[in-house]
Amino acid sequence: MSETIAFQPETLKQVQKIIGRYPEGKQKSALIPVLHLAQKEFGGWLDVPVMDYVADVLSIKPIEVYEVATFYTMFNMKPVGKYVLEVCQTGPCMLSGSDGILQHIRETLNIKNGETTADGLFTLKQAECLGACGYAPMMQLGKFYHEHLTNEKVDEILQLCRQGAIALD
Amino acid sequence: MQTGCHRFRLIFLKIKMSKKLLLKDAHIEGIRFYDVYRRQGGYDAVDKALKMTPDVIVEEVKTSGLRGRGGAGFPTGMKWSFLAKPEGVPRYLVVNADESEPGTFKDRYLMEFLPHLLIEGMIISSYALGANTAYIYIRGEYSWIPDILEQAINEAKAAGFLGKNILGTGYDLEIYVHRGAGAYICGEETALLESLEGKRGNPRLKPPFPAVKGLWESPTVVNNVETIAAVVPIMNIGGAEYAKIGVGRSTGTKLISACGNINKPGVYEIDMTITVEEFIYSDEYCGGIPNGKKLKACIPGGSSVPIVPANLLLKTINGEPRYMNYESLADGGFATGTMMGSGGFIVLDEDQCVVKHTMSLAHFYAHESCGQCTPCREGTPWMYRILKNIETGKGTMADIDLLWDIQRKIEGNTICPLGDAAAWPVAAAIRHFRDEFEWHIDNPEALNRNYGLANYADPIPQAATAE
Repeated sequence: MSETIAFQPETLKQVQKIIGRYPEGKQKSALIPVLHLAQKEFGGWLDVPVMDYVADVLSIKPIEVYEVATFYTMFNMKPVGKYVLEVCQTGPCMLSGSDGILQHIRETLNIKNGETTADGLFTLKQAECLGACGYAPMMQLGKFYHEHLTNEKVDEILQLCRQGAIALD
Repeated sequence: MQTGCHRFRLIFLKIKMSKKLLLKDAHIEGIRFYDVYRRQGGYDAVDKALKMTPDVIVEEVKTSGLRGRGGAGFPTGMKWSFLAKPEGVPRYLVVNADESEPGTFKDRYLMEFLPHLLIEGMIISSYALGANTAYIYIRGEYSWIPDILEQAINEAKAAGFLGKNILGTGYDLEIYVHRGAGAYICGEETALLESLEGKRGNPRLKPPFPAVKGLWESPTVVNNVETIAAVVPIMNIGGAEYAKIGVGRSTGTKLISACGNINKPGVYEIDMTITVEEFIYSDEYCGGIPNGKKLKACIPGGSSVPIVPANLLLKTINGEPRYMNYESLADGGFATGTMMGSGGFIVLDEDQCVVKHTMSLAHFYAHESCGQCTPCREGTPWMYRILKNIETGKGTMADIDLLWDIQRKIEGNTICPLGDAAAWPVAAAIRHFRDEFEWHIDNPEALNRNYGLANYADPIPQAATAE
């Protein structure tokens, strides 16, 4: 984390645009979208100084940011790897073999749920239903879904990650 | 053997080509873009609607019999008519795109491939409600879809269908996309509004209902994506014509997202006159069960509706065919029936373990409980732990009765329906598959079930250790 926490000018423009979607005085509504921007810009997780900065940007109390950031599963409260593998494990995915996919990832990367590989490249997060039940098993990686997973397909994805050749955004 | 049996049965099935209202143009290349959508008659319904008065549109929706497609099935026109209209207070339409019910992925399909259908429906609905601002609250994980929706909004604006003085009528409307951040509870309308206000997604006590005090304490209507999209064909063909499609109080068409052990998972539009058997076995829909396996059970309306065994799924208790509509699926109540719910159709074949599947769903509800109400906060992880014990051969017969008791104490005792949603799958699994629970308890040595169980860590976060 850098000494000075501040959004890039381009991001600040986005923040202002987001605030403009809500009536005057209701800028707190922008909190979740702005936290998404903050997480993306400041290393993939929300450290306390980052949350304090967001509170400042939106003119709300830090506690209002903390209570929201800790409620929603998409916000990371501790550092994560460059590639966060969010594998769905809920009923329909389980019926389609998500247990095997998770087992394969755990064995391949030698990490458990919530852990990050020693090289800081991968974090495994087991997700609840991501709305891809018809295309199960699946995982989310950055902005995108990877569906109809097989062990071979997972290996390909991991290889592409190692090569820095996979889109996250 | 089973395959032959089903083939034999199919000879006698009367396969009807279902009527398409929402997905009729989904196959057209580029339908995501305004020009293509417009060429297919897109936005004609807005033209038509803006020449009517808002009250006439509300009546038209009432006449159509449209029921909320998010799960509860409440009549949409009636919901709209409850909207308070105090002088000088803004009104809002909020589209619930927080699709998070396991088994449900229809709204994602609509937004991804037919974004203008949703935007068009929102314009008509907002005009009918007297709202000048509308929001699409979309689940955060659908992170590529806001770009699609925003492009559609910009295209509609450039064409004069959004913004100031739409089509010269003096009506103004702005639509904004708001991304959530991962919380199933935000699909509950009041939790969604809390979240939209930048808070934790804790459901509000009702009354007051959102129609009176909703977003920022202003009158608000919250409707599901599919519900709002359905307003477009209602405007195009008229409420009375729409009501002729379907049967009884199940009017119009319904999107079903089918998944699990079927040959053709995906999103289907049905007109609610087909039987469940047709839906599962015909090639037009799910295409049967892979590898000729037998159907064991089905959860036909998203994970929170009761699971039903094959014998009660295909036929009602009176031996009549069960149909894919609200009334037929609910026939006999929870003793023998289930619910249409969100249309998330989850099929289990003969090899699936109901105990393990129920455990997985219990894990989901324990993880997703907002923690506001004690029965839900404490009861959901308790049910999960008991189910995990049974699944791993550590259960006792008393556990089954304890599970039954816990779910009864959760149901109806929480601020929002998440408690019911967590209780019903457990209740139905015990009601219909008690022998399977008992077998697990009687045969612990036969259970070699550690494989995969590492995926189900206790969903209750442990207190962080101070560094």
